[in-house]
Amino acid sequence: MDIDRRSLLKTAAAAATLTIIPAAEARERRVAPSDAVGLLYDTTRCVGCKACVVACKQANEMAPDVDGYGGGLYDAPEGLNEYTKNVIALYREGEEQSFVKKQCMHCIDPACVGACMLGAMHKGAFGVVSYDAAKCVGCRYCETVCPFNVPKFEWSKKAPKIVKCELCRHRLAEGKEPACSEVCPRGAVIFGRYADLLADARERLAKNPGKYVPKIYGERELGGTQVLYLSHVPFEKLGFRFQGEEAVPHVQQSVQHGVYKGFAAPVALYALLGAVMFRNRRRGDSDE
Amino acid sequence: MSRNFKILLLLAAIGIMLIIRRFAIGLGASTALSDGYPLGLWIALDVVVGTALACGGYAVALLVYIFNRGQYHPLVRPAILTSALGYSMAGLSVAIDLGRPWNMWKIPLYFRNWNLNSALLEVALCIMAYVCVLWIELTPAMLKPSRITRFLDRILVWIIALGMLLPTMHQSSLGSLMLLAGPKLHPLWNTPLLPLLFLITCLAMGYAMVVFESAISRRHTALLAVLQKIAVFAGIAFVALRLIDLALRSRLSIAMHLDLYGIIFWIEIVLWLMPAMIANPFRGAMCIALAGGLYRFDTFLVAFQPGPGWHYFPSVSEMFISIGLIALEIAIYIALVKRFPILGGMPAQEHSRVAQAFQPAPRHQETT
Ligand code: SF4
Ligand code: SF4
Ligand code: SF4
Repeated sequence: MDIDRRSLLKTAAAAATLTIIPAAEARERRVAPSDAVGLLYDTTRCVGCKACVVACKQANEMAPDVDGYGGGLYDAPEGLNEYTKNVIALYREGEEQSFVKKQCMHCIDPACVGACMLGAMHKGAFGVVSYDAAKCVGCRYCETVCPFNVPKFEWSKKAPKIVKCELCRHRLAEGKEPACSEVCPRGAVIFGRYADLLADARERLAKNPGKYVPKIYGERELGGTQVLYLSHVPFEKLGFRFQGEEAVPHVQQSVQHGVYKGFAAPVALYALLGAVMFRNRRRGDSDE
Repeated sequence: MSRNFKILLLLAAIGIMLIIRRFAIGLGASTALSDGYPLGLWIALDVVVGTALACGGYAVALLVYIFNRGQYHPLVRPAILTSALGYSMAGLSVAIDLGRPWNMWKIPLYFRNWNLNSALLEVALCIMAYVCVLWIELTPAMLKPSRITRFLDRILVWIIALGMLLPTMHQSSLGSLMLLAGPKLHPLWNTPLLPLLFLITCLAMGYAMVVFESAISRRHTALLAVLQKIAVFAGIAFVALRLIDLALRSRLSIAMHLDLYGIIFWIEIVLWLMPAMIANPFRGAMCIALAGGLYRFDTFLVAFQPGPGWHYFPSVSEMFISIGLIALEIAIYIALVKRFPILGGMPAQEHSRVAQAFQPAPRHQETT
């Protein structure tokens, strides 16, 4: 009996190892889809006119945000929120100052898409990360995991949706460019094919030594993003908290795939549990 | 009705009224949740801690059916009942927390849209299935023998096996959930071992709950010492895993830094080790339940760092809804235990083939 139990324990331990210990499987670093488009924002060109903020609201039929500054008189969003998919923030420290545009980064390997149960968050045509309310249960897990805190929830509504920049995909479908890049009077935010934007950014860096922090944010950060940034002040100061290069879903999906092995492991464990129970029962019977 | 029972009902009634209000005025107005802290008390406490405390059924089932310790069989039924109630309440909390609960039915049925990378999908499907499994496991105690119970009886082995597979899957995946928060999770809590640590905590907390129940109902106290040993062992294993993992990834220095996070981290560790020093199984179980609860709560709320400017402290509504649901759960437990043969182990009049086969291996029981 004791020996049996030991062998049983061993099988159980083996099963546990099989299913639980993260057998991290190599997960390829993703690359942008071939049709990827994006935005390139350059802090040295932005004058903070917020034309893009207004244009974004119009193009997306967003209500004004009167909760912030001005006692209800102004549409003055204090950050991305349920009324605002795009915002211009100001960083100032002594003499140093910079504007920074915030909207969805359209990650190459997006955490929000990895999170969403039914694919309400979806990386589709042009690599745009889109949202479909019909498949959304409002769990807000996408908000929890987005490293840029982009998705916002309509807290004030009884039938809330998630609000985030979808790179004006309704305009892209009509062959138009996003509203924000279209209206920018200074070319501070431009729209284009991802590969072209990257080449453009590299060229600006090469031609203007000393003008920028020598880095294109989004080229490699967090697995890469289709919205790219050039800046004359350190990116951390603009609110980019994370400088690591690993895509956020990398670890979780490696573990998950390692553990589940295409669902073979749970099936094996189930069979094992059943088998052990049958054996125990038979032993119980024959003991009589 | 005793006075305590009336208090439970009162708390439950307040909770239910606040739940109705939550649907009338929306999530924003009734909670302190924000875009920085989109998940709050309901998820961290009622779901993540609550389902672990509801793992008594899982833990005892493993002991009885897999490790063949038949002497624990009398503990199975009360444990399964608390599990069924705990998981049902967790499911209810999720429905209250979801912004668009009317789309919930799509989760199991829109299988063509399933995102198989989503740990949350797995958690949701497994919990839905597990709630059903738990109530099915209880039917022999609640229904008169009929064709349905006889059918269930025949397939009970596979249902019980499912009742062990599903918690293994979703309890570990609850840990994976926060793995995806990645850089937003404090480095002391963010580790690829999260799924394993969550699995260990749910088992330890499950055994702790069984110890509580038995101690409170003053039954089967002789069996508790062994359960206590399991919990002690789980606690030590948990601490060892966590420290070795941190050491291997050179993060121990972060734990030495005694800011809020460092202090909470060490409180968790000490709580896990306490039962090894306490002889009283009841107090030991209390420490384990606290240690595991704190660890899980911290992973979802305290160690979650959405960035500067965000704060969260649950609103009064959130708290009273949580309290109300817990009160409701306890009230239903008391009512069911009085009405059905649950606490006494197997009632004599029951003619369940499978259940009999699962009686303790050397079977001399004439009684109970
Ligand atoms: S920035 Fe956030 S919301 Fe946008 S694609 Fe990346 S993870 Fe998703
Ligand atoms: S809130 Fe909606 S979009 Fe976001 S993860 Fe949940 S279901 Fe998906
Ligand atoms: S792409 Fe469209 S939705 Fe996104 S920030 Fe620009 S205008 Fe707004």
